[in-house]
Amino acid sequence: MKKSVCLYFQVHQPTRLRLYRFFDIGKDSHYYDDFANRTILRRIAQKCYLPMNDVLLKAIEKHKGKFKVAFSISGSAMEQFDRYAPDVMDSFRKLASTGCVEFLCETYNHSLSSLASPAEFKVQVQKHKDAVKEHFGVEPTAFRNTELIYSDSIGRLVNRLGFNVMLTEGARHIMGWKSPNYVYESDLQPELKLLLRNYTLSDDISFRFENRDWAEWPLTAEKYVSWLDQAEGEVVNLFMDYETFGEHRSAESGIFDFMSALADQVVADRNLEFVTPSGEAAAHKSVEPLSVPEAISWADEERDLSAWLGNELQRDAFKKLFDLSEKLEIADDSDLWSDFGHLQESDHLYYMCTKFFSDGEVHKMFNPYDTPYEAFINYMNVLSDFTIRVNDKLQEK
Amino acid sequence: MKVLMFGWEFPPHIAGGLGTACKGIVEGLAHNGVETLFVMPCASGDEDQSCTTIVNASDVAVKYVSDNVDEFLEKVKFIHVDSNMVPYVDPEEYFDAIEKMKKESVHETVIGFGQKFHFSGKYGANLLEEVSRYAQVGGTIALQHAGEFDVIHSHDWLTYLAGIAAKEVSGKPLVVHVHATSFDRGTDDMVDSRVYAIEKRGMEAADRVVTVSDLTRNIVINRYGIDPEKVVTVHNAVDFSGKENMSVERGIKDKVVTFLGRITYQKGPEYFIDAAAKVLKRTRNVRFVMAGSGDMMTRAISQVARLGISDRFHFTGFLKGADVQKMFALSDVYIMPSVSEPFGISPLEAMRTNVPSIISKQSGAAEVLKYALKVDFWDVDALADDIYAMIQYPALSEFASSKGYDEVNNLKWNEATAKLKKVYESII
Repeated sequence: MKKSVCLYFQVHQPTRLRLYRFFDIGKDSHYYDDFANRTILRRIAQKCYLPMNDVLLKAIEKHKGKFKVAFSISGSAMEQFDRYAPDVMDSFRKLASTGCVEFLCETYNHSLSSLASPAEFKVQVQKHKDAVKEHFGVEPTAFRNTELIYSDSIGRLVNRLGFNVMLTEGARHIMGWKSPNYVYESDLQPELKLLLRNYTLSDDISFRFENRDWAEWPLTAEKYVSWLDQAEGEVVNLFMDYETFGEHRSAESGIFDFMSALADQVVADRNLEFVTPSGEAAAHKSVEPLSVPEAISWADEERDLSAWLGNELQRDAFKKLFDLSEKLEIADDSDLWSDFGHLQESDHLYYMCTKFFSDGEVHKMFNPYDTPYEAFINYMNVLSDFTIRVNDKLQEK
Repeated sequence: MKVLMFGWEFPPHIAGGLGTACKGIVEGLAHNGVETLFVMPCASGDEDQSCTTIVNASDVAVKYVSDNVDEFLEKVKFIHVDSNMVPYVDPEEYFDAIEKMKKESVHETVIGFGQKFHFSGKYGANLLEEVSRYAQVGGTIALQHAGEFDVIHSHDWLTYLAGIAAKEVSGKPLVVHVHATSFDRGTDDMVDSRVYAIEKRGMEAADRVVTVSDLTRNIVINRYGIDPEKVVTVHNAVDFSGKENMSVERGIKDKVVTFLGRITYQKGPEYFIDAAAKVLKRTRNVRFVMAGSGDMMTRAISQVARLGISDRFHFTGFLKGADVQKMFALSDVYIMPSVSEPFGISPLEAMRTNVPSIISKQSGAAEVLKYALKVDFWDVDALADDIYAMIQYPALSEFASSKGYDEVNNLKWNEATAKLKKVYESII
């Protein structure tokens, strides 16, 4: 049996907040920096989404069904494509029509609701499912949670929403001596199969590819395929941010050529074949249950939640937001639902992270604020206005 | 009577409260028939000179120039500091000023008949150097204007050396005016010894030391060892002429309780936050605002998050110009919980805007304000009690608001400077 190689890409753009001052509370309920959101999205579309979609489409056409990938596109990103870059949406649709691309389900707003409110989580998942169906005409059957966050209890939630495949991180502190290169099952819900990210081979592409201090630089497709061949196990799960291609790693680094050569060589290799997540789960039996009592993620060295909920600012903001869940259900107003979703984007909490030392550089790269404190103040001002609106709506009713 | 007065700044270009106070003083003195010749390091030319004549120290050529002030005047010691000196930190715009300083570095211009110093007139790096140069220029000005003045008046440590120099060359009596001391800037064990030395020297050389409050008078006597006989309190006043109260449309229905100032140890921000948490346990229809920036801001934000009150506690960052007025206009109660405050003009501004104030007993303003509520800065329970009362009992807040408004409008520089004139008369 050939070894399965699963390429999965995360596509997400946060809805960045504008500078929202105390004086705006109660007066102005537009929270978003439309200019920054449009500018950044257009830039990434040109540098990454359009050229990389093109690379993938060509590879799919060339290999006639043997090259497969999977995407998960957050609802927040889809909204921005619709608004600012319909050409990107078209090119994803084109990929969808090849039948070689699987679209995964996630929370619509890249939210951390799985950690706060099962009810809101359900709302978010359903909303994303509907959006995928609307845009790409397929019903997603595999699930990936925001930032690959997973725990036994989240697995149960996901399974109860009808999913039998879920992606997460092959975190070292969970795996111990076990290899991520097999399919596992949830400890609590054996019917839920778990696909684990091989972080070494994934990060070779997404983090180290351009690093000239790395002993393996320059990375060629030949060398990389030889690693895939040598990797023990039945599967290799390569999960990464889609913005890796052309945005985080520049076109000049040769990343596009590398990916199309990689497609060619894996297809040509007798021991390897591309699969989608659902295809992988169907083809492989679970080797054993995996117990994850504490939530894991794919972020930072710790592979835990500390990037979003590591300090008191983040925990307070997170709690204050989800304390409103019940009121939202009663208020049941579409504008409020929409803002509630955008305020759930994990990025807002990520900007408040104070772990400057080990992963600070990565955090800085994605942060529109000078300090985590500014991020917190701005977010709380927005949340204050939002809370007033929710309470006003409840009084109306 | 004519006064040679050394200041550091004068409206409209001011970084702190010192310039505003100086303007009030020269105007009040003029009202009392006292003329002033006001010297400042860097005049822009658009200062209001209706009540005083402004001398720009940057325009004064120093006849004998030395790198060492000791040679110029043996009594004045030149202190060379490369950077990192602790500046006069009272002004709100401290951080901005430092940044600006970095951009517009001080340069000297050599002119044929003498050397002119160009002063930045800002607070920041090279400040001690400027203070020493200012002393050289001060001596020169006193010589140039010999016979034209009866008394010398120096405002805060930045100008003390200039005052001493002027006294040395002219023989006229010196008054130093203490608006703040090193103990109001650092903590007890973190006082800048260089600044302290200049302060002490100025006070010792002075014939009279004027303090802005009895609180400061006690510091001058106890911490600087100055003879109580020559230390006189003249409380600050405030000039509201030309300031119209702003009407602002409110976006929130809740009561707003405001702290406005530098977020730094002396201003007691942590007591405000603790009191806010206590009030929020009792009532939810209130919001707290901390307006300003400072070295304790990040700690303050963490404290708010830890107490879980961030949905009701807001930070605005540094406010300037009209935003300050806007903030007062949006406020229902103003709090100044300072640990140490020589005077503290902000509650007066709040009360002028009809905002009742709660201030710490450790502030100079507490000595003159009858209609502000007063608590010890450390007594968080008392502070919380008073805040609760102000927002829950309209009778109290309306009383404090209307009486307070009248009270601060009666704190006039004319009366304060009449007292100052008596001080001058006692030493001429």
